Amino acid sequence: MSDANKAPLLAIRGVKTYYGNIIALKGVDLDVHQGEIVTLIGANGAGKSTLMMTIFGKPQAREGTIVFEGRDITRMPTHEIAYLGIAQSPEGRRVFPRMTVFENLQMGAHVNNLAYFDTDLERVCTIFPRLKERLQQRAGTLSGGEQQMLAIARALMSRPRLLMLDEPSLGLAPIVVRQIFEVIREVNKEQGMTVFLVEQNAYHALKLASRAYVMVNGLITMSGTGAELLANPQVKAAYLEGGHH
Amino acid sequence: MSDPANTAGPDWGQITRDSAFAALIAFGLFVLMLGFKADQSLNNQLVLVFRPELLASTVALVFIGRFLIGYWQSRKVEGAAKKKAPSKWAQKAEKYGLPAAVGFLVAYPIFILVTVGPSGAIKWIDNFGIQILIYIMLGWGLNIVVGLAGLLDLGYVAFYAVGAYSYALFATSEPIKDFMAQLIGEGFWQAWAFWICLPVAGILAAFWGVLLGFPVLRLRGDYLAIVTLAFGEIIRLVLINWVEFSNGYAGISSIPRPSFFGIPFNASDEGFAAKFGLEFTPIYRTIFLFYVILALALITAAVSMRLRRLPVGRAWEALREDEIACRSLGINTVNTKLTAFAIGAMFGGFAGAFFAARQGFISPESFVFLESAQILAIVVLGGMGSLLGVVIASIMLVGGVELLRELDFLKAVFGDNFDPAQYRMLIFGACMVLMMLWKPRGLISVREPSVFLKEKKAVSADLVKEGHG
Repeated sequence: MSDANKAPLLAIRGVKTYYGNIIALKGVDLDVHQGEIVTLIGANGAGKSTLMMTIFGKPQAREGTIVFEGRDITRMPTHEIAYLGIAQSPEGRRVFPRMTVFENLQMGAHVNNLAYFDTDLERVCTIFPRLKERLQQRAGTLSGGEQQMLAIARALMSRPRLLMLDEPSLGLAPIVVRQIFEVIREVNKEQGMTVFLVEQNAYHALKLASRAYVMVNGLITMSGTGAELLANPQVKAAYLEGGHH
Repeated sequence: MSDPANTAGPDWGQITRDSAFAALIAFGLFVLMLGFKADQSLNNQLVLVFRPELLASTVALVFIGRFLIGYWQSRKVEGAAKKKAPSKWAQKAEKYGLPAAVGFLVAYPIFILVTVGPSGAIKWIDNFGIQILIYIMLGWGLNIVVGLAGLLDLGYVAFYAVGAYSYALFATSEPIKDFMAQLIGEGFWQAWAFWICLPVAGILAAFWGVLLGFPVLRLRGDYLAIVTLAFGEIIRLVLINWVEFSNGYAGISSIPRPSFFGIPFNASDEGFAAKFGLEFTPIYRTIFLFYVILALALITAAVSMRLRRLPVGRAWEALREDEIACRSLGINTVNTKLTAFAIGAMFGGFAGAFFAARQGFISPESFVFLESAQILAIVVLGGMGSLLGVVIASIMLVGGVELLRELDFLKAVFGDNFDPAQYRMLIFGACMVLMMLWKPRGLISVREPSVFLKEKKAVSADLVKEGHG
């Protein structure tokens, strides 16, 4: 699927991130190519979300570089990075609870020309028919699964070239998790959306991934195609055994 | 109360028993506290004065109060079965209330003038009209910062002070007066100072808003509240202590009053009354001031309603809900916060300039923390973000306190020394507690969506928690 000869869409090289004096990322290398679904799995506190946030410039990497579409974004402020075509559905969904679904989607389109809004709204409503029914409802009254859909839809409203999802399965029922992953696959297949997915739910995430990375204590310890990692005995032992599939 | 036969009417016996019990407790509590008063006799001896009327009336009040509560509660149990209509009332009020309220306010001074007559009207227009409108305007200004952007600002009075002192200092400044006299002519500055300084005061306050905004950009919630509180106190302390600049405690007096667009309100031949062929009375200035603050307040409301529909207003609201999500969506949270502080402060500055012009005298004592607290209370009581809520809360809090001064008949109950206005803080506090029990999200807690897909629709459940971040 990916074109390994072409420069990656997102290239992370030797990134070190600190919280005060505590090192959270100890030199991470990671590539995301155009059209891929790249999954990052790891245990709690491995630094997955920190990497996600570092890409978005909050906290900024102390060492190393993050290059998006040939542009160094390591030292850019968060809101400017959003304008470059990276969208994020943050951990814990973080929809605007007292605003309506419609207003949430409108906030997602903040970085865009207003002219795109109607087409984009139509597009996300086709992807998430549930949201279409609930456009005038306050986001805080949605169920967890619906809120996650809204968070993804909101991210898609900015017409991103890279969609980053931080633990979209967090706290959701297995059937809803399957729906969410199905949507991610669809968005990737039908719209060619590049997806960078951070997950704890290793089984589903690896099944979905074109390529995947395993993070342990702020370092990438393994990488390969999703199928390779699924079959890997170490991954199996650490992330899949006893896990919920 | 599960038996349907029992729900037919309130259980009067039970309510009466409860009330009697409450009255008994009140008697036990107050028999020494209120029933006896330690006093000095003419021989400087300590004597106990027995006050049976006060005790009796207090106990009676408790009885009546408990009775009403009991009755209300029993009705509530009955009413719970009926389906409660969704907050249509608030939506209707938001829709038709506005033109009606504006119409009423425009007609208010004339109505008062006709009914009370020119001599008594000043009190009603000034104390009730202008005073309340100043607080409505301040409430609407603070509403931008607290209600929309969710930045808890306990030092809002600082901007009010900046506006007031900007106008007072510019308008009484001799060099500016001389300069204007040379440039345009004698008397020009006196006549036009207010209209020239009003925007200047707003701009200066906005500037101070940005200045406050910078250091507190990373703060939220409690920490932000502490810093803004300190900021308010700093401004006040500077005004007290920098005597050469602000004249300290003595304040600034003989601040020029606003003119009717160049025509002063005085008894001279050039004055307003003479020019329009009217008999001179001070009421014209009061009425004019009323319309000025009404216009200023309406501008504040119009601007905040308009801003809510613009990207910056939506960004404020999103910021209130979740800052992290905002940042990831490409919203520049620094600019968003600073604009909220600046615009909120600007309206505070306008109100301050008006206040200085209306009083003719200002001193740091007008800008104590209690003012900030009261403005914040208006916003919180009214319901964060609701313009109509601010109006109702201002009328309740400011008008209510003014009304206390009018309750002379209470003297008949509590004795001649009873001054209801002294109890305003007690009543104010009790109101706050009751409000927070009854409607913890403020009088009007419905957040009207600012955009609709096709047409305005009723929007479902509003009791949604605010976000984190």
